[in-house]
Amino acid sequence: MGRGRVYGAEDFGGLTMSIFKSAVELHGLLQSRSLTCVDLLDAVYAQVDAQDSQVKAYISLLRETAYERARSLDLRFDAGEELPVLAGIPIAIKDNICLKGSRTTCSSKMLENFVSPYDATVINRLNAQGMIPVGKTNLDEFAMGSSTENSAFFTTANPWDLDRVPGGSSGGSAAAVAAGEAIVALGSDTGGSIRQPAAFCGLVGMKPSYGRVSRYGLVAFASSLDQIGPFARTVEDVAYLLNALCGFDPLESTSSRQAVPDFTKSLSRDVKGLKIGIPKEMMGEFVHSDIREATMKALDLLKTQGAEWEEISFDMFDYAVSTYYILAPAEASANLSRFDGVRYTHRCADSHSLKEMYTRSRGEGFGPEVQRRIILGTYVLSSGYYDAYYLKAQKVRTLIKNGFEKLFQTYDVIVTPTTPTTAFKPGEHSENPLAMYLADIATIPANMGGLPAMSIPVGFSNGMPIGLQIMGKAFDEETVLRVGHAYQQLTDFHRQVPGGMQ
Amino acid sequence: MTTTYEMVIGLEVHAQLKTKTKLFCGCSTHFGDAVNTHVCPVCLGMPGSLPVLNKRAVEMAVIAGKALNCDIQETSVFARKNYFYPDLPKGYQISQFELPLCLGGHLDIVVDDQIKRIGITRIHMEEDAGKLLHQGSGAIAGSTHSLVDLNRACTPLIEIVSEPDIRSAAEARAYVESLRIILRTIGVNDGNLEEGSMRVDVNLSLRPSGTSKFGTRTEVKNVNSFRSIERAIASEFARQKEILDAGGVVIQQTRNYHDDTQTTTALRDKEEAHDYRYFPDPDLLPLVLSKLQLQDILANFPELPEQIRHRYLGLVLTDSDVVVLLEDMTMRAYFEACLKVSGVVPAKEICKWVVGDLNAFLKDRPEGFASTMATPEKFVGLLALLVAGTISGKMMKDLLQKMIETGQNADVLLTQSGGAQVSDASELIPVIEKVLAANPDVVEKIKSGKSQSAEFLMGQVMKETRGKAKPDLVRQIIAEVISKY
Repeated sequence: MGRGRVYGAEDFGGLTMSIFKSAVELHGLLQSRSLTCVDLLDAVYAQVDAQDSQVKAYISLLRETAYERARSLDLRFDAGEELPVLAGIPIAIKDNICLKGSRTTCSSKMLENFVSPYDATVINRLNAQGMIPVGKTNLDEFAMGSSTENSAFFTTANPWDLDRVPGGSSGGSAAAVAAGEAIVALGSDTGGSIRQPAAFCGLVGMKPSYGRVSRYGLVAFASSLDQIGPFARTVEDVAYLLNALCGFDPLESTSSRQAVPDFTKSLSRDVKGLKIGIPKEMMGEFVHSDIREATMKALDLLKTQGAEWEEISFDMFDYAVSTYYILAPAEASANLSRFDGVRYTHRCADSHSLKEMYTRSRGEGFGPEVQRRIILGTYVLSSGYYDAYYLKAQKVRTLIKNGFEKLFQTYDVIVTPTTPTTAFKPGEHSENPLAMYLADIATIPANMGGLPAMSIPVGFSNGMPIGLQIMGKAFDEETVLRVGHAYQQLTDFHRQVPGGMQ
Repeated sequence: MTTTYEMVIGLEVHAQLKTKTKLFCGCSTHFGDAVNTHVCPVCLGMPGSLPVLNKRAVEMAVIAGKALNCDIQETSVFARKNYFYPDLPKGYQISQFELPLCLGGHLDIVVDDQIKRIGITRIHMEEDAGKLLHQGSGAIAGSTHSLVDLNRACTPLIEIVSEPDIRSAAEARAYVESLRIILRTIGVNDGNLEEGSMRVDVNLSLRPSGTSKFGTRTEVKNVNSFRSIERAIASEFARQKEILDAGGVVIQQTRNYHDDTQTTTALRDKEEAHDYRYFPDPDLLPLVLSKLQLQDILANFPELPEQIRHRYLGLVLTDSDVVVLLEDMTMRAYFEACLKVSGVVPAKEICKWVVGDLNAFLKDRPEGFASTMATPEKFVGLLALLVAGTISGKMMKDLLQKMIETGQNADVLLTQSGGAQVSDASELIPVIEKVLAANPDVVEKIKSGKSQSAEFLMGQVMKETRGKAKPDLVRQIIAEVISKY
């Protein structure tokens, strides 16, 4: 057991408690004026001050602008104005999302001093709701990793056990919410970077369908896979956040024009008759027995509500990982070329030629994992290798998509454990990048297929949270949310709070 | 015995599309403004920024493709061309590679009165790079440091790739000239080689005359005037010939042309050639143009230079005037506007004045043809007076100048100048007799056969009548009066 202890939310009282409430609950308090936005922000920053020296979720804080907004929102609440559910809710932002006037580092030395001159589309959308960004959170450098160990600055700790990683790459965002250092958070998910840390930190984390949320202002890792999504304690909060985040963006060519429903409406529907598929490939020995058990319990609980589940076979998981580690680095190798020492990035001192400036600036600015992936990506795109790697991987990707489409003709959702293990310790995988890559085996396929996928907390193993992944048809977030919400109505795993965080 | 060689040339022409905004963002494409003023997160390659395709650029590229007889592809794909250079903010250029917008066209050129068809392999769309300003030297070599201006970054280009159908410098020049006139006339490019809105790369190889196998080619860059196209080709031909004559082999390489020395120098060999690692840009969806969209774009397909030439020759304009009009887009727009209101004034007469005096008057005036106060309507109104004989050619010139300065109508100008020309012989005869009496020596000269001296007397009469005497009538009366002496 680590240093943390699991407490129920009822262990806390008074103001501190507000930081472990859901956004929807807090909205009631804010609207009724039992709580002010400034009070809530005070509580959040008090928790940051008390805990973040250990948790290390944040790279930078936005106190000044946060309080400014909180005060102006309080005036409006005081005047009796009916504000959106998310107004005044403190939110943590992954530090690969551009926020005007703030440092946006991507946890890289390369961008250590980069201040974004513009807001990402998602920031504009959160601003429109009156949400309050409290700070920018740690991640694996350029979102490449599963533990935040690849951050150039520091490794974030898991609030459930400070000796363990929070997952990644959006580990800072997950840890911030789990520790009560934010109510909700934004992350980005290229191969599981929202769902895996959500599972490790006992939260709900959702990657929407590709195209649902604008990527404009998200520093690109792998453009065809990247998607921004929310962390929260409850599926209901996630539904509200999706309402705020989703929708066509004229600044983003791959953003979808598909109509955006009111996601909160789908929550009221039950799961009767819903067909759930569970791929046997994701229930093998490599998955910890506690996790398999929690998964089966979750399925049985849904069955009591009228859902049906059956075991299925989907042999694409292995291929998905291999394909991912060709396509994602290929895109990344080009996406990261703009960090070249010429403009806003780190530039090496005293270079004597253009080539030297490039090679040394990039050699100094990028960490080992980023360099590894740039080299990998450059290789698979090189003339003579392109067909064998990149082109072939694209074909396999099409097969994966087709495979999913076929499954979704029969099943409404596909469910897997989000991760094969619970949160591991720093250094456990660092000698073997391949083992780390395999930790994403359950989450990568949804990115390949552009599907919505969500992780919800479904239990504990040795005090560490377990996540269940629910995948849906492309643009059918509603069914995924419905399943998750139905489950949360019957359980209180999401109400648990890490003991060390009081 | 020395071998004679045939040159085989293919040209790659980059032409900047005349859109108001850049290819993937809303920044202005205006040329010549203060450095780094037309920039935004997208064209600066800021982290997280994304491209959105400019619809107007696609329309222009389609029109160019059609004008060059290409097949417009229903689906084309933007790809990333990866290389590092400080003028390339993203570290890759968004271009088209495997699936370009246009395939398989051709362009007919005329050399030595012979028509020759040059094949066009493809036309693709791409974004331009920025500009490096080397400090302390004209080139990167010898400079202390370089500054980057990204105003040009992300402006839309089309690259037009010809088949290796060109066989001489004259053909190459004719091809580029013809291409330039077409692109200018259809309004997609301003054809300015010196400003770089058209840039030419020359691919050239040699083979023994009469053989069909291609030799090893070099690509010559930095060719930025018509003269340098011909010179660069001559120079590179000579260089390759010398190598081959000496029994050597030409190395496949990229070479830079230097206009001052008229030579080329190696830029990089094939081994050093970039592996651009093209792959489809995941930030942009494939460009799909339905039949309906294509129809829409081509609904107002502009008149091509050849069609305009035919129409003008039908209006009995001279060959040289047609060339001038095709060259000067604003002048031609003015001329076309005149034709619309021409009434009784013949096109030939309009053309003569537009290309001649009006052009000369406007040359040094900032407003030019585009916004002269002598609007086509007013100008044609004045010309109508000339055609009707109400004013003389001399008066026409004077009044036209006044019209340019004041924007007054022909009628007003005519009144102000003291009325129409004097075409009444009874008014003119006393004046002419007075002039003749004052210049007996000139009269003698004319009588002795030096008829050109009559022009002097004409001038004197014009002076006396302040230019309003009808010239042919004066000439006639002078002749009559002298014959009576």
